[in-house]
Amino acid sequence: MTYNSLLKIENISKSFPGVKANENISIEVNKGEIVALLGENGAGKSTLVKTVFGLIKPDSGTITIKGEVMEPGDTAVAIRHGIGMVHQHFQLVPVMTVAENIMLGDEPHRGAFISYAKAKQVVRELSEKFGLEIDPDAVVEDLPVGLQQRVEILKALRKNVDLLILDEPTAVLTPQEIDELLEVIKNLAKQGVGIIFITHKLREVIAVADRVVVLRNGKMVGTTSPKESNESQLAQLMIGREVIFQLNKGVANPGDVVLEVNDLQVRDDRKLMAVDGLNLTLRAGEILGVAGVEGNGQRELVEALCGMRPTVQGSFKILGIDVTGNSPRSIHSQGVSHVPEDREKDGLISSLSIEENLVLDQYKSEPFAKGWIRNLGAISDYATEMIKKFDIRTPSGKTPISSLSGGNKQKVVIARELTQDAKIVIAAQPTRGIDIGSIEFIHNQLLAERSTGTAVLLVSSELDEILALSDRIAIIYRGKIVATLDSTNVDRTKIGRLMAGASS
Amino acid sequence: MMGRILSQINFRSWKFLIGLIALVTWIYCYAANQDITNSVVASGMRFGMPLALAAMVGIMCERSGVINIGIEGTMLLSGFTGFYVASFTKNIILGLVISILTGVLTSFLHAMMTIKWKMDQIIAGTIINILASGLTSFLYKQGSTIPNTWPIFDIPILSNIPFIGHAFFSQQGPIQYLGLLLIPGIWVMMYKTRWGLRTRSIGENPGSADTAGISVIKMRMINVMIGGAIGGLVGGFICLELVGSFSNNFTAGAGFTALALMIFGRWNPLGAFAAAILFGLAQALATQLQIFGINNVPNQFITMLPYVFTILVLAFAAGKVRPPAAAGKSYEKEQS
Repeated sequence: MTYNSLLKIENISKSFPGVKANENISIEVNKGEIVALLGENGAGKSTLVKTVFGLIKPDSGTITIKGEVMEPGDTAVAIRHGIGMVHQHFQLVPVMTVAENIMLGDEPHRGAFISYAKAKQVVRELSEKFGLEIDPDAVVEDLPVGLQQRVEILKALRKNVDLLILDEPTAVLTPQEIDELLEVIKNLAKQGVGIIFITHKLREVIAVADRVVVLRNGKMVGTTSPKESNESQLAQLMIGREVIFQLNKGVANPGDVVLEVNDLQVRDDRKLMAVDGLNLTLRAGEILGVAGVEGNGQRELVEALCGMRPTVQGSFKILGIDVTGNSPRSIHSQGVSHVPEDREKDGLISSLSIEENLVLDQYKSEPFAKGWIRNLGAISDYATEMIKKFDIRTPSGKTPISSLSGGNKQKVVIARELTQDAKIVIAAQPTRGIDIGSIEFIHNQLLAERSTGTAVLLVSSELDEILALSDRIAIIYRGKIVATLDSTNVDRTKIGRLMAGASS
Repeated sequence: MMGRILSQINFRSWKFLIGLIALVTWIYCYAANQDITNSVVASGMRFGMPLALAAMVGIMCERSGVINIGIEGTMLLSGFTGFYVASFTKNIILGLVISILTGVLTSFLHAMMTIKWKMDQIIAGTIINILASGLTSFLYKQGSTIPNTWPIFDIPILSNIPFIGHAFFSQQGPIQYLGLLLIPGIWVMMYKTRWGLRTRSIGENPGSADTAGISVIKMRMINVMIGGAIGGLVGGFICLELVGSFSNNFTAGAGFTALALMIFGRWNPLGAFAAAILFGLAQALATQLQIFGINNVPNQFITMLPYVFTILVLAFAAGKVRPPAAAGKSYEKEQS
């Protein structure tokens, strides 16, 4: 067959309220070709592949597969056209066996009865054909994540796919599992399967991709191949050059060391070492930005420093006192404020009112309580003051938090965390998912904290935010700070390379 | 074959131990007094079967991801309608059919509340229980009778098997025997058929079933209604075969006991059956002890036995149980 084109995406656009997720994107995938979609979080990669798989209906544009225009927005149609997708979050039944999971929905059978022998046979044939070794009788929940993903891939392959989409397949894998997966991807391509895979890790792109499409802010910013390009060029494309907003932050006046982290080790929810021998110092009156691709241990670091996650080894000192292993309340009372990454889960109690959320950390003490009794008047007065000071847009302080917009919710968190006598503010993704106005407001609040001599540890996946606010930038990669740079005269390219794991 | 069965048994498990003790006791009693032992085992079967079948209702629902605490109400309502229809029309076959239909309708209501309208499943079950007990005691009319109950008979060849024949296959009614077929049938359905695999998958991870093209909502509706049909059957079974009358709140918590037995049997039809029979035996034994007239023990303590037994078994022997992961959760398609 001379006709080699498998998938043609033409001028796909998709807007969500307030964001243009995809703007005029056109990509072509040939048989046996591996196309990597590269971009930062929120660049529009997931939206694009979900559109191809029929989970999202685009506003405009066409998708053509094997020369046929596909009806958009219908997964069943996509599957019928031979498109398979491996989701980032596995869709497996953990208590069932590999064979049961793979055959689910289309079980080999005699009458109403399942033919298990046949099912196992099918699994064995598939795993032989694609070189994906697996035991059909193993129970899925007993398998390591890498093998569970293999089951997902086999599930997709069973439906005779021509195009396989992998949505951040390496995000959950260990380095060794990643290498195995990359081999698998190469093998599949050799068998003629076209592959789109999403990642923000440059190493993987260089290792397997035939072609790289880089997205930024919903737009295609470049198409290249690993042969014509290198990691630093890709990083530049990914991060972009323009700085969105410039803040007049003035010169820092760093004082004494207030936070000292020594050789810290912390495990993540999967019991893998997420923070692995991390060292860090933070001085009063400075903002230290922790930059890195998400999933390199930032969340675990922040949670450990706030006492929310046990540490394995190492220690951290606040104002010279070792507080490793202390409770969140005890650490909080040492003057550590925490603006959590997930404000809904860790920052607020959504069924309570704004007033109550504003005093969540001091409801027990004067003037908000007298002995056992809460002083509602004092709480209310205080809330009114805070609502005004932090420009929280709400009809009243009695309004439940859940009815506020994301930006206003975040302002409540900021109002609570920044007004006590904090010595250290740990701000994790403080402006994620909120409007520009609130972002600016919160940035100015953080700078104001700095000028009063508070130390700020800013963890963000937005490099622009880090660059705009930080006095020093620490780059985190695989649970370690691999470099600390001064924010004057920073080289974005260098940061990009460091974030991607380059040695210098 | 025998080896395969033996390899399935965990000889150190509590369940095995309890079963072994029960078996040894049975053989010992059988040797001591054949007639009394046979009648105790047979009455244990009669006590246990309605509970076992009621536990099947729970299994059908929870395996597909719907918690049903309305079994009690379902049985009550269907026993009520079945009995009075049989009483008015003098037709116990029609009565049983109405019982089953009532069960299906009641569970349809439960299914609509929990699956379509995504109500809290515990509240939905409670509604059914309150509705059933209110309606039946309001409409209850004393003195109604049915012309006859389902006949009691021996199963020809099976009842002659020594040792077990008399206990299991003689002097019982047709629904009792039907239960002996139905429960293994449900087990086969659950573990050997496509329907069963899909049912279990929607009870564990509906998202996975959905992406495999299985309609979660439809399958849940049907499974809950099959459960309802069984619940209706139990109501009719008690009022038209076992007892032969309807009395106010005759279920007396049996629906909840059934749920406990379902948990003890780990949501496995055969496990729940074994648990129910064991419970029935404890009850039969208690009755027998009363007949013997052990004078120095107050009666209340003896009638308490089966319940104490249940509590002990659930507290110690059941160990760490793991319900179907999605049980109790309404299914929402992922929003993209």
